[in-house]
Amino acid sequence: MKADATLDCIGLYCPMPIAHTAKKLNELEAGQVLEVLADDEGIKEDMPAWCSMTGNEFLGIEEEAGEYKVYVKKSK
Amino acid sequence: MPEKVTLAVFSGELDKALAAFNIAIGAASSGMEVSMFFTFWGLNIIKKNRGSIKSRGIMRKMLNFMNRGGPKRLPLSRFHMFGLGKWMMGKLMRDAKSPSLEEMIALAKEMGVKFMGCTTSMGIMGITREALIPEVDSYCGVATYLSEAREAKVNLFI
Repeated sequence: MKADATLDCIGLYCPMPIAHTAKKLNELEAGQVLEVLADDEGIKEDMPAWCSMTGNEFLGIEEEAGEYKVYVKKSK
Repeated sequence: MPEKVTLAVFSGELDKALAAFNIAIGAASSGMEVSMFFTFWGLNIIKKNRGSIKSRGIMRKMLNFMNRGGPKRLPLSRFHMFGLGKWMMGKLMRDAKSPSLEEMIALAKEMGVKFMGCTTSMGIMGITREALIPEVDSYCGVATYLSEAREAKVNLFI
């Protein structure tokens, strides 16, 4: 999936990936896509939950060898 | 109107403080408005690490000598083992690149989390405002806390 920006959260545990995502998304424009790299598997459930709370769009997740690429589209 | 989260932080142990700040930062990251009300032993979390705590009366002086507090001095609620357990937990957390309690306090503040100090506990235990970190937003009692908590969808006692 193509992204406008990438955020590296490899090695970080809860709540840091979410905290960093919130900060990073502030720097983006509405409609842009952020790619978050993470290896804490909690992210699989946490990012969709976070998106539903904040109104951003969860586009999907790609898993490869214990690492996750999560895609979030900024909605507003 | 953003959703509100209120945390009544009663405990003064490192692990419980970390859990409280973890939830606070998570909520603030999710666009919620977070207030943390520090009372009783919880005040130890927001004491300054440095400087002596001046209080009146021999019993308060003794209490503040034995209960110095400050984020660097908090014990673990389990397996503290005179500090050995805390050191090991600290090492595990550093290795996992987890933020320290002080870093979490700073991050929470940066994200707009509101800190409230319980004046009743402060008065009884002889803790002055000068003993607490300057990040504390307000000093208040249970009514102020409840006025926030009744509007909150999430309210935890830690």
